Amino acid sequence: MTRERRRNLFKGLAFISPWIVGFLVFTAIPIGLSFYYSFCDYSLTRPSRGPLWIGSDNYNQMIHDPIFWKSLGNTMYYASMALPAGMLVSLGLALMLNTNIRGQSIYRTIIFLPSLVPTIASAMIWLWMFNPVEGLFNFLLNKAQLPTPDWLGERLAMASLAMMSVWSLGNTVVIYLAGLQDVPRELLEAAEIDGAGPWRRLISVTLPVLTPVIFFNLIMAIIGTFSILTVPYIMTQGGPDKATYFYTMFNYDEAFRFLHMGYAAALAWVQLAITLTLTGIAFWSAKKWVHYG
Amino acid sequence: MKTIAAHRRIRHPLAGAAVHLGLLCVCAGYLLPFIWMVSTSLKTLHQTQEAPPRFTPHPWQPQNYVQIFRHPTFHAVLYTRNTLVIALFTVVGTTISSAIVAYGFARIDFPGRGLLFAVMLATIMIPFPVTMVSVFRLFRWMDIQTAQWLGPDNIFQMLGTFKPLWLPAWFGSAFNIFLLRQFFMTLPKELSEAARIDGCSEFAIFWRIVVPLAKPALAVVALFSFLGVWNDFLGPLVYIQRPEQYTLALGLAAFETRIGGTEWQLLMAASTLVCLPTLILFFLTQRTFIEGIATTGGK
Repeated sequence: MTRERRRNLFKGLAFISPWIVGFLVFTAIPIGLSFYYSFCDYSLTRPSRGPLWIGSDNYNQMIHDPIFWKSLGNTMYYASMALPAGMLVSLGLALMLNTNIRGQSIYRTIIFLPSLVPTIASAMIWLWMFNPVEGLFNFLLNKAQLPTPDWLGERLAMASLAMMSVWSLGNTVVIYLAGLQDVPRELLEAAEIDGAGPWRRLISVTLPVLTPVIFFNLIMAIIGTFSILTVPYIMTQGGPDKATYFYTMFNYDEAFRFLHMGYAAALAWVQLAITLTLTGIAFWSAKKWVHYG
Repeated sequence: MKTIAAHRRIRHPLAGAAVHLGLLCVCAGYLLPFIWMVSTSLKTLHQTQEAPPRFTPHPWQPQNYVQIFRHPTFHAVLYTRNTLVIALFTVVGTTISSAIVAYGFARIDFPGRGLLFAVMLATIMIPFPVTMVSVFRLFRWMDIQTAQWLGPDNIFQMLGTFKPLWLPAWFGSAFNIFLLRQFFMTLPKELSEAARIDGCSEFAIFWRIVVPLAKPALAVVALFSFLGVWNDFLGPLVYIQRPEQYTLALGLAAFETRIGGTEWQLLMAASTLVCLPTLILFFLTQRTFIEGIATTGGK
């Protein structure tokens, strides 16, 4: 190593040292520790005892824990509705907003506004709108002489929460809009001269150019969906009858309500594994559908 | 950074009308919750219980907004103060530290830089719930250690204070580092070369030349981290127990559990107040805001 490079190494490490320390203390060590805890009986209900090695018992317990499967299934069920709906609606809105129409900036602002509402406040607003008796939805449905469902009841609650998530996807729309700027105009014009209609141009030109952005949004949506807590915590407390009990709520309850730190650590590791697997699948499949121009 | 401008021209008049119609419907739907929130916040208790409900309050009761500040169980001023204290420390800490780290990644060519940068980007994908349990234990362990040397309730006490919520921000956050690095890379290299020849130290180049040029990007980072704190619910839920330390989000949640299903007009007034600062910030900084989000998408 030359003197110059050694000096650069020293300088570079000095500049990024805050991140290195933070990464070790707040990410690497905690993840390592929780891996160790996940093989321990570590109940804070008996304060004098530290973590006690019990092998894979926590993971065995998990496999036989109906609440684990329920919360995992719930999260997957929610994701299976919220992810596709969110992807389709945000892309559709971005395409509409990308056209040259009058009032475009007003439309854009209105669609972006809900994503600025703090999660806690939007949970309150929607709780009130979903109210079965005095709520807005059932009032409107009643007026139209349609049946008035129990929005947050056992059968519909998940679908209602997924519907609500579509309200605040302004960020995703903005990212799509930025991506749409990269679609080369010459390519669109060339396609048009060749006789391609709007639909054909969308499928063959716009979408392929947009795939990296779609991919980015997909990854962020997967991560976000698996960490959801505030909305069900406020709106349904996981009920009725655990119908909206999400994985993160389960993890939180085990850790901070029942103080089962070992079991909670195991749950955290499973969440990490699932997130990484899904992200990995997305990355792997990306080779087939993402075009980096 | 480019501004986002539309370039698809619609030629068919019917297609244009269809897009307008679609967007009008969507916008009406997107505005409805806001209208309903504000309208409810101006109603009397009796009106909120009316079935079927009315769209406009009659009579208007703007006193709800006064009442929310005087409510015996919802201390709006205190909660706002707490949130602002956490936000201040977080914003200052993350902006300074992320800028320093981003400078290292963007402007110094050192061996191992690519690998470390990839590790840093990968940490964005680790969800908060995965580390929350062990980070909590870590703070507890630190408290036990410092208490042995300095006695109980020393200035390094973590749990029971706001520190666990803002201290991690002082070590840079991956998202902000990424954002600032993208910006620093666009600044001409010649600037720092010239300063280096003049005998400027690397830190002086960063502080005197790069930081002043990067003000817009730093503003984006500050803005987003402020909104992050304002929005955060899980963090305070884990680390704050005493009601006098509640943030606005926690206070609002506790308020809901207490009066849930009854005084909706007060809940909606409180929700409106929680929304207001973020909406105002957005309208003041619209352009910066949108460009900042577009940048996070890899632009």
